[in-house]
Amino acid sequence: MKLHTVKLHTVLVALTVQGAMITTPAIAETPEEQGLKVAQAVKQSNIGWKDSETSLKLVLRNAANQESTREVRSKTLEVEGDGDKSLSIFDHPRDVKGTAFLSFSHTTTPDDQWLYLPALKRVKRIASRNKSGPYMGSEFSYEDLASFEVEKYTYKLLGEKPCPAGTCYELEQYPTDKYSGYTRLISLIDKDEYRNWQTTFYDRKNSLLKTLTVDSFKQYQGQFWRAEKMTMVNHQTKKSTDVIFGEYKFGVGLKDSDFNKNSLKRAK
Amino acid sequence: MKEKLFEFAVRRPLLVIFLTVLFVIGAAYGGSKLTFKSDYRVFFGEDNPELQAYEKVQATFTKNDNVAFVVAPKDGQVFTETTLEAIHKLTEMSWQIPYSSRVDSITNYQHTVAEEDDLIVEDLVLEREMLPELDLEKIKQIAVTEPLLVNKLISEDASTTMVGVTIHLPGINEVTELPEVVASVRDIRDQVLAEYPELDIYLSGVVLLNNAFSEAALNDNATFIPAMFAIVAITMVFLLRTFTGGISTIFIVMFSILSTMGLAGWMGYYLTGPSASAPTVILTLAVADCVHILATMMYEMRHGTEKRQAILDSLKINFQPILLTSLTTAVGFLSMNFSDSPPFHDLGNLVAIGVMLAFVFSITVFPALLMVLPLKVKLESERKADFMDKISHFVIEKRRSLLPTFAVIIVALCVFIPQNVLNDDFVKYFDKSVDFRQATDFMQERISGIGSIEVELSSGTSGGISNPDYLKTMDEFNKWIRAQAETDHTNMISDIFLRLNKNMHGDDPSYYRLPEDRELAAQYLLLYEMSLPYGLDLNNQLDVDKTATRMVITVKNITSEEYLMLEQRIKAWFVSNAPQFEATIASPSLMFAHIGQRNIYSMLTGTTLALILISVMLGFALRSVKFGLISLIPNLAPAGMAFGIWYFLDGEVGLGLSVVVGMTLGIVVDDTVHFLSKYIYARRNKNKDSIDAVRYAFNSVGRALWITTLVLVAGFMVLAQSSFKLNADMGLLTAMTIVLALVVDFLFLPPLLMKLDNDKNTAMTTQAMTTKES
Repeated sequence: MKLHTVKLHTVLVALTVQGAMITTPAIAETPEEQGLKVAQAVKQSNIGWKDSETSLKLVLRNAANQESTREVRSKTLEVEGDGDKSLSIFDHPRDVKGTAFLSFSHTTTPDDQWLYLPALKRVKRIASRNKSGPYMGSEFSYEDLASFEVEKYTYKLLGEKPCPAGTCYELEQYPTDKYSGYTRLISLIDKDEYRNWQTTFYDRKNSLLKTLTVDSFKQYQGQFWRAEKMTMVNHQTKKSTDVIFGEYKFGVGLKDSDFNKNSLKRAK
Repeated sequence: MKEKLFEFAVRRPLLVIFLTVLFVIGAAYGGSKLTFKSDYRVFFGEDNPELQAYEKVQATFTKNDNVAFVVAPKDGQVFTETTLEAIHKLTEMSWQIPYSSRVDSITNYQHTVAEEDDLIVEDLVLEREMLPELDLEKIKQIAVTEPLLVNKLISEDASTTMVGVTIHLPGINEVTELPEVVASVRDIRDQVLAEYPELDIYLSGVVLLNNAFSEAALNDNATFIPAMFAIVAITMVFLLRTFTGGISTIFIVMFSILSTMGLAGWMGYYLTGPSASAPTVILTLAVADCVHILATMMYEMRHGTEKRQAILDSLKINFQPILLTSLTTAVGFLSMNFSDSPPFHDLGNLVAIGVMLAFVFSITVFPALLMVLPLKVKLESERKADFMDKISHFVIEKRRSLLPTFAVIIVALCVFIPQNVLNDDFVKYFDKSVDFRQATDFMQERISGIGSIEVELSSGTSGGISNPDYLKTMDEFNKWIRAQAETDHTNMISDIFLRLNKNMHGDDPSYYRLPEDRELAAQYLLLYEMSLPYGLDLNNQLDVDKTATRMVITVKNITSEEYLMLEQRIKAWFVSNAPQFEATIASPSLMFAHIGQRNIYSMLTGTTLALILISVMLGFALRSVKFGLISLIPNLAPAGMAFGIWYFLDGEVGLGLSVVVGMTLGIVVDDTVHFLSKYIYARRNKNKDSIDAVRYAFNSVGRALWITTLVLVAGFMVLAQSSFKLNADMGLLTAMTIVLALVVDFLFLPPLLMKLDNDKNTAMTTQAMTTKES
C-alpha cells in the first residue's frame, strides 16, 4: 500500500523559484492557476527520496466506540514521471497475516493493483476502477492513500487560512477520475513547508463527508516530511480511523524487481 | 365565591372578553414553536427495550432508513435497453439525494467474476453507453439467480425492479431535513418519468413512511377543523335555534384550541400523528359545556326569565356537573400517560389541558359573550310532548323485557372482545388513499414486503466471522429462514463467501460452498472489500472488529402476532443450533409488533386507575356508594360492546385502539352523571318513586344528552375519516362507544334503576342521602 504517500504534506526541498512565485502571484493569475502552482510545489517538495520503508497501525472506531486495529508494513519506490510503486504486507489481524498488496500508481491511467492471498497461494489482480471503497474496513479509501500526483486533480486556490503551522493555503481539488467518490477536497497546506495538515472531503452530492487531520509531522534527512499520526473522521457515519506511522527508513536500496507479481508472493 | 365570578362575568363582560383575548394571544404565540416530528421512532419511549436493541445494532453497523424507488416498466420487461438505461440514470441521480449514503440497484450491483487469475468486481451495468453491446439476457440471468438481488432489487419474473437509497438524516434540523429528502426524491421520480414515460415509479421505504405521518396529519387538520366548525355551527343553529349561541360556542372552542396548542408550544411539545389530532378532539369536547349552559339558559328564557338572570341561573345549575364531567374527561385522557407510546401521552395531556381550559372559558368568557351579543327567544308556555316522552314511556313500559334483553346483548358482544387480534402494521396505519400505502402494497405484491427482521450474530472473538463454524451457522440459518413461509429475501454475508469461493476457483460451480479455512475466508473478504467502490462497502453488514455480522431478513406482509411468533422461532433456532454465538434480534417491524401488546398491558393499569378515580369522583358527586357502583355498568359496558362489535367490523386492534377504553370512560361517564343526578334529585327532593324519577330524568336532560352525543359522535366520525388509520380507528371506535353509551343510558340504565332501586330499599336510600341538585 502506498500509505507513505499520504504526503500532500511533504516539504519543499528548498526555496524554489516556484515557491517564490506562489507567495507573490502575478496579478493576472486566476485562482485555478494559483492552485495548480501550489499543487506542483507540493509535488516538487517531495521529489528525490528514492525509496522508503515504514510500518503503520490503523485504529478503527465505530459510532458505538468499539475499536479494532490493523497493522501493515509498507515499502515504496519513487518512480520518476509516473506514480509510485508500493508493496504492503499485512501483519494484523492474524487471519490476513502475510497478505501482500502491490500497486503501481499512475498519473492519468487507472492504477494497477494485485493482492497475494497466502491461504490460496495465488496472486489476484484487483479491478482498479473501484478505488473509493474502504481500505481494510477503515474510513480511508485507497483513493485517499494513493500517492499524490498533480494530474489526478484540477485545482483552485481559495485563499489563506491559519493552521497549526502558521498560515496555510486553502486549496480546493477536483478529482479528474469519474469513478472518484468525491466531488471535491479542500486541503490546508502550510506556506513554508508544503505539508498538508488537513483535508475535508465532499461526497458525490457535495456534502461534507470526512475530515483528515494530521497531528504531527516528522522530518527525515533534513528535507522529507512524513506524518506521524493522523485521523480520519466520517461525519456522516460518526466512524473514525487513526493511523500511527512507525519510523521511516529511506534509501534502503529497493529496486524495480522488488515490485512485481513474483516479489509479491515472496513478500514477508 | 363562584357566584361572584359569574356576577363579574355578567357585569363586566367586555373586561372579561378583553382579558381572555389577551391570555389567548399570549398562549397562542407559543404555537409558533410547535413543530411536527416525522419519524416512526417517536412511537417508542426512550426506554423501550426493542428500540434500545435496534439502536444498539444501528450503532454497531450503520443506520439504514431508506427510500425505495419501485420501478415497473409498462411492458413488464426490466431487461430492455431503455429500462436499464433509466435504472442506470435513476441510480446515478439518487446519489444526489440529500443525506444519501448508499444507492443499490441492479445496474450498480457489484458483480464478481473470475477472469483467468483475476477477480473482476464491477457494476453489472457499468455505463449507459455500453448497453447496446451488452448481452441483456445474460445480465437478466445473473440478476434473477443472484440471492442478494432476487426478491429484493428484482422480482423473480424480472418485471419489476427497485432502486434502494440509504438515507442518514443528521438530525440537526428535524423540521427541514425530511421534507428536503422527499422533495428531492419526488423531483428525481418526475424527471425520470418525463424522460421515460413507459415506466411506472412508486415511492416507498422508511423515509416515505415517516413523511406519510406528517402529510396525513397536515391534510387531516386542513379539512377536519373546518368541517368540525361547520358541524358545531349547524348543530347550534338548528338544534338549539340560536345564532349568538353558535357564534359564542365557536369562540370558546377556538380559544380552547388556540391556547392549548400554544401552551403545548411553550412547554416544548412537538406534534406527531396521534397528537396532531388533539385540536379535533378538543373541538369536539369543548362544545359539550357550552351546549349544557345554553340549553338551560334558553329553557329559562323561554319560560320568561330575563337574559341576565337566565345566564346566572344556568351557570349556577350547571357549574357542578360540567366541572365534574370536565374533570372525569380529563382523567380519562390523562390515563393515556400509561401508554408505552409517547405520542399518546401528548395527545392525552393536550386534550386534558384543552378540556379544562374549555371549562374555564365556558364559565367566564362564554357568559360574557352571551351578555354582549344580542339574544332573543320566543316565549313558550307549554312544553310539547316530544321524542323524549316517547322514549321514557317506552322504557318504563318495557322495563321487564329490556333489562334481560340488554344484559344478554351486552354479554354477547363482550364475548367477542378476545376475538380481536393484535396488529400494529405500520403500513396499514395509512388507508389506501395515501401514496405511501399504494406504493408499499404494490412493492409487496411485486417484489417484497417493507418489513424486516435484523439479526446481529456475534462470534464473540475478534475476526471471528471468518471462522468456518460461524460461517456454517450463518449459512444453515440462511437456508432455514429462507424456507420459512414469511420470508421474502435475506441479505447475509455467507452468500458472498459462497460466490467468492466459486470465483476464486475459476467460477467452477462445484466450489459454490463455504471456504473451509479461517485464513482463506478472511483473505477473500479482504480482497473483496478492497475491490468495492464508494458507498457499496460492507460496513452496513460487518462491525469494525469483524466480530459480528448483521443479517437482514425481508419479511412478507404479516401481522404483529405472526412477527412475534417468527421472532420466537428464530430465537429457538439459535438456542438449539448455535448456542455458542450471541444473536440479537431487532427491527422497526418488531418494535411495532411488540408495542401493541406492551401498550395493552400498560393501558390496563392506566384504565383501571382512571376507572377507580372516576368512580370515586362519581361516588362523591352523587353522594352514594350504591349509585357509584351502579354507574360502573353503563360506564364500562359501552366500551366492551364497542370492542365486541369491532371484531365484526375490523377485528384488528393496535396502538390507537388500546387507549380508547380509558379515553371514552371519561366521556361516557358524562351521560351517566347527568342522568343519574337528575334521577337522584327526583328521588330525594321530589320524593318520587323510581319510575317517576326515570321519567323526570328523561324530561330534564334527555334532550341535552341527545345533542351533546350528536356533536361528540359527529366530531369523532370526522376524525374517523382520517387517512391515518391509527386516528381513524380511534375516532370510529370512540364514536361507537359514545353512541352505545347513550343507548345504554336510555334503554338499560333506567330499567336497572327501576329494578335495583325499587321501593323495598327506597326508605334506606332517601334517608342516607342528602339533597343534591345538578
